[in-house]
Amino acid sequence: MPIEKDPLNLIIAGVGGQGNVLASQIVANTAIGAGYQVTMGETYGATQRGGAVMSHIRISRETQYGPVIPEGKADIIVGLEPVETLRVIGDFGNPGTKVILNPRPNYPIGVLSGEAQYPPVEEVLKAIAGLVDSLQVIEATKIAEKLGEMMAANIVMVGALAGSGLIPVKVETFETVIPEIVSGVNLELNLKAFKTGLKEIRSIKPYTHS
Amino acid sequence: MSIEIDEPGRSLLLMGNEAIARGAIEAGVDFCSAYPGTPSSEILGSLARAAEHLGFYAEWSTNEMVAIEAAGAASFAGLRALTAMKQNGLNVASDFLLTVNLSGTGGGFVIVVADDPSAHSSTNEQDSRNFARFADLPLLEPATFQEAKDMTIWAFELSERLKIPCIIRSVTRFSHGRGNVKLGPIPKRERKASFRGVFLTVPTPMWHSTLHQKMANAREEFEGSGFNWYVGPEQAKFIIITCGSGWFYSQEAVKTLKLDGEVGILKLGTTWPLPEKLIASHLKHAPEVMIVEEVDPFLEQNVKILTAESAGDLGPIKFYGKSSKYIPDVGEIAPDTVISALARIKGVEYHPRDEGYRDKVRSVVGSYAPFRMLSFCAGCPHRPAFWAIKTALKMDGRDGVVAGDIGCYSLGVGPAGYFQSKTLHCMGAGIGLATGLGNLRQFGFEQPVIAISGDSTFYHACIPALVNARYNRSNITYVILDNSATAMTGFQPHPGTGTDARGQAVPAVSIEGICRAIGAEVRVCDPFAIDEAVENLCELLQSEGTGVMIFRRKCTTLELKEKKKPKVRVDPEKCIGDDCGCARFCSRVFNCPGIIWDPEVKKAKIDELVCSGCGVCADLCSRGAIIVEEE
Repeated sequence: MPIEKDPLNLIIAGVGGQGNVLASQIVANTAIGAGYQVTMGETYGATQRGGAVMSHIRISRETQYGPVIPEGKADIIVGLEPVETLRVIGDFGNPGTKVILNPRPNYPIGVLSGEAQYPPVEEVLKAIAGLVDSLQVIEATKIAEKLGEMMAANIVMVGALAGSGLIPVKVETFETVIPEIVSGVNLELNLKAFKTGLKEIRSIKPYTHS
Repeated sequence: MSIEIDEPGRSLLLMGNEAIARGAIEAGVDFCSAYPGTPSSEILGSLARAAEHLGFYAEWSTNEMVAIEAAGAASFAGLRALTAMKQNGLNVASDFLLTVNLSGTGGGFVIVVADDPSAHSSTNEQDSRNFARFADLPLLEPATFQEAKDMTIWAFELSERLKIPCIIRSVTRFSHGRGNVKLGPIPKRERKASFRGVFLTVPTPMWHSTLHQKMANAREEFEGSGFNWYVGPEQAKFIIITCGSGWFYSQEAVKTLKLDGEVGILKLGTTWPLPEKLIASHLKHAPEVMIVEEVDPFLEQNVKILTAESAGDLGPIKFYGKSSKYIPDVGEIAPDTVISALARIKGVEYHPRDEGYRDKVRSVVGSYAPFRMLSFCAGCPHRPAFWAIKTALKMDGRDGVVAGDIGCYSLGVGPAGYFQSKTLHCMGAGIGLATGLGNLRQFGFEQPVIAISGDSTFYHACIPALVNARYNRSNITYVILDNSATAMTGFQPHPGTGTDARGQAVPAVSIEGICRAIGAEVRVCDPFAIDEAVENLCELLQSEGTGVMIFRRKCTTLELKEKKKPKVRVDPEKCIGDDCGCARFCSRVFNCPGIIWDPEVKKAKIDELVCSGCGVCADLCSRGAIIVEEE
């Protein structure tokens, strides 16, 4: 498949424990399967849950790029958590960035203890929509809950990305790569989550604030 | 996907650490040892998973010193050996490092050190390359994922030819980054171990002189190494000299600023000893030199020394680097660091984004995105343990001091552990400091002293200090947070878990057995039984001498990998919200991320996605409003 922009810079943003790294590994391996040069950078500090986590994925026909995307150069952001998505747009977004977002919040402990406020999700969505080219909202946690495992929201989002047409990789390539990375009892669930995300993005309209 | 697949020619997405491990496998490594430490842990982790199948040896060692010595022994016996560690680990291993350089080695011996610029998961950001110069040992720095694999193979050969260990230095971004790596063949393993001759450091001046000769040979070999390369105009007047992570960033900077026509890049893979002739041949055509590297001006200073020594052949050179403040000498560098520095030097306009957009986006983030502080996981046994420490110290009333240590519980310095820990340095420093504080009575010191460590840290570095406390009659209470894993680095087994690196069952080394043999008073309790935990701790604080309090409960995240979590809910009849007078104890004070405040009904609520089902909050809620539903 042709690539519109080289390198194509993708960020998957979320919170520790959401399966960010697994989702990114699937996307990066799929791009390798499609014959690209791929680099993936993970920014996580200590492995404790609850910290912000993002993965940078850089896809190129020409050469291998470094594992860190420069300021403002994200083409696509897949957000597993609304406020973390906004934070990533703050550093890497530009008016042409395309965003796919799971709107389910994960509350920082500073919010729980009352030292900080978590803004209403609708306001976060509105703010994001005003900063980027397009926003598509996928209720990934709700979808995953219906499938029987809320934790599969990350793979629902991978499905949504695959179905968005934003990355130059065929859906079938994803489907051959997932079983190579996810094994055992989780495979069936994850394939179902992937397919549901794929269908979902094709049926929804881009977010617009009325 | 496993790094052990035998499909030469196949391109795989490998983590930097996995690429190094794969290189060791392709070099036919026989013996691997390490103590886990971010960002190095996946090197031994992935090797251990392949060891059984491919027939080599891998172990999680008790600490880095034992790891380097065990690997050194394998090398003495003629085998190929690798040991891997984080930067702080090399300090622990350094005593042996600074003698094995003199004694020399047998089979190829590779020491991998993964530095952590910006200290994402560390208590310092030391540049371990200084150890290569300090110990007179060859140093390699991979710049691409493919190179990491290939360079590791070469490092074994180099070490074998020179008969000294070879150091490979990585950094967090590289160790934890991933990229395409084309696999090579896995050789058949046929080396036999046999100890012949002697490995001594005396007479030392003689061996020191031999070491210098070996390093001169290394320098000669480096001059023609394929891991050093130059790209750009042949006689460029401006060059960048870089290594490791700096290569990708420099390449991107030159490309972004469209300076390919005038700026050359000399990328070095062998950074100690320097390939002097190669570097001088490029300094000759470039009166302006920018140096891009991570943390210390290691390359910069060594290139400047070379320039001074070759002053007769070279004209005046202007350097742009850390001492001239173009590249920061603290923290991690990023592509933007290099792009903006190069733009400034070359007088090129560069704006990553429209300034108006940048201001707008930053102000939106400022007003909408609350800071996300690290915390213990929901259900983490460290949370009630710190709650017990806080409660016991308050009841004791003598302004007790807590000395912290390295592990998940390092977060005890912050809100996760209610700000209880007051010191944080290196593995084992907590109890070492405590033994000192516990012996200040003659100076009027009356505060009780608590040292904290985890189970893995106990074996790693705490036992000599505990012996010291007992021997010198230091008055301390040593709290061991035993969660049955090296949790922070990814749940590696340790001497107390009953399994080894290859997953085989082994006899567990008892923590309380060791502590009792030393003569300490030992108590063991489950931190989830809060009242009992507080009572035990209070008693130990009140008693004289060396007391050990083991809070034992398996890491919840590990536990949840094996069993289904119980469902926890808040009974809306019993929770009366702010009328209770508990000041939202469960969500606000106890601060478990599994419990949130529902602003609509003004009551506590369980966040099912985050809650681990541990049920500690149910015991702490004064109204019994939190219900654990057993399935």
